[in-house]
Amino acid sequence: MSFTIAQTLDEALTALAAGARPIAGGTDLVVGVRQGKASLPSSLVAVDRLDELALIEPTDRGLRLGAGVTHARLMTDPKIVAEYTALADAAALVGSPSTRNVGTIGGNVMNASPAMDTGAPLMVLGAVVKLQSAQRSRVVELSDLWTGPGETTAATDELCVAVDLPSRPTPSGSAYVRLEYRRAMEIAIVGAAASVTLNGDGTISAGSVALSAVAPTILAVDDANAVMADQQPDAAATAIAAVASDAALPISDLRASDTYRRHTVGVMAARAVKAAARRASGEEIGVPVNRAIGVGAVL
Amino acid sequence: MTEPLTLTVNGVDYPVNVDMGRNLLGVLRNELGLTGTKEGCDDSECGACMVLLDGQPVNSCSYLAVQADGRSVTTVEGMMPADGLHPLQRTLLEEGGVQCGFCTPGMIMSASALLERNSNPSDEEIRIGLSGNLCRCTGYARILAAVARAASEG
Repeated sequence: MSFTIAQTLDEALTALAAGARPIAGGTDLVVGVRQGKASLPSSLVAVDRLDELALIEPTDRGLRLGAGVTHARLMTDPKIVAEYTALADAAALVGSPSTRNVGTIGGNVMNASPAMDTGAPLMVLGAVVKLQSAQRSRVVELSDLWTGPGETTAATDELCVAVDLPSRPTPSGSAYVRLEYRRAMEIAIVGAAASVTLNGDGTISAGSVALSAVAPTILAVDDANAVMADQQPDAAATAIAAVASDAALPISDLRASDTYRRHTVGVMAARAVKAAARRASGEEIGVPVNRAIGVGAVL
Repeated sequence: MTEPLTLTVNGVDYPVNVDMGRNLLGVLRNELGLTGTKEGCDDSECGACMVLLDGQPVNSCSYLAVQADGRSVTTVEGMMPADGLHPLQRTLLEEGGVQCGFCTPGMIMSASALLERNSNPSDEEIRIGLSGNLCRCTGYARILAAVARAASEG
């Protein structure tokens, strides 16, 4: 058993190369261990004090989020709220204030839960993940990262150091909506994120939709753009509901049946499209949509 | 194999040796004898174990003690002035926001962090601030009233 608090990124990567596993807030790892789902790795390296992983900084391509940025910061950062709003919606729904204070974007992405809240927003926003080891660095598309529940293509010596978001087109908007039984410490029954860009006449020029908790990984709706293009938002939402339900591959578990998930993920997808289009048209809908409008309300 | 570390709790440095897998809650209660912080669900659901870590609420049941090395931990024992009650303790008593009392320390920690960064929270902001804390006795209304009063009376 060994535990190290990394003071530099190099120190963290060296520890990973020697077999240690990374820990940031521990809100998945430690809870999972205490529930008996997994045993605590014999060697841990804490990466939560690395200032270089805690940056939110503009890049030539858009915005870089250090992997150590917490959900509490994602949901309040002015640039994320203004331009990458679906991600702020999602971060504001994670756990409770205490979870959001220590839980990180890197941890959420690499834990690879199919029910993760930030995954669908990151997918519709076109995010890529930067993985780094002591030997190399590479950039991975989300669709190449997640392979199943809790499984990624990252090697054990690789650390997620950043999530890169491309610049947003204008006028565009995004939203994440989740079906939930309670308002805190909840895991998505199903969820959906949408991003849309509008034409001058208010129709959708381009759009994307991704779904949470209806497949072994976060699921991009492949036909979303074709279905929504040149449609008014309400018509696009109606169309996307059917396509999203068809695309879903849900299971039945203690939280919901597959039938219920297949139906409700279409409803969530339609609401996400409507909220994203309203934001794209300049309307301010507070973060998260689930609280600003209410998931049960008609959008 | 144990790890040597220094826990700074309520301004006091405690050198301890603990196994890497121990949670902060257990070390606070057993090694340090600070039993004001409670174990409820042991699963980050109920908030009875809430402490402040560098001023922010954290579920101490699901936080490794070794990760708190060098950070500042505040427990409910550290909230009480020497000569009386913290405003939240007083308003919780006066509003009837305490019945069995098991959730109260966690409620105080979450509420104090909220009021520290937002001295005039709306009812909705109070609800969100306490959303990681469960109470099985009061129905919450009197707890919310107590926090609102503590905010207005300071």
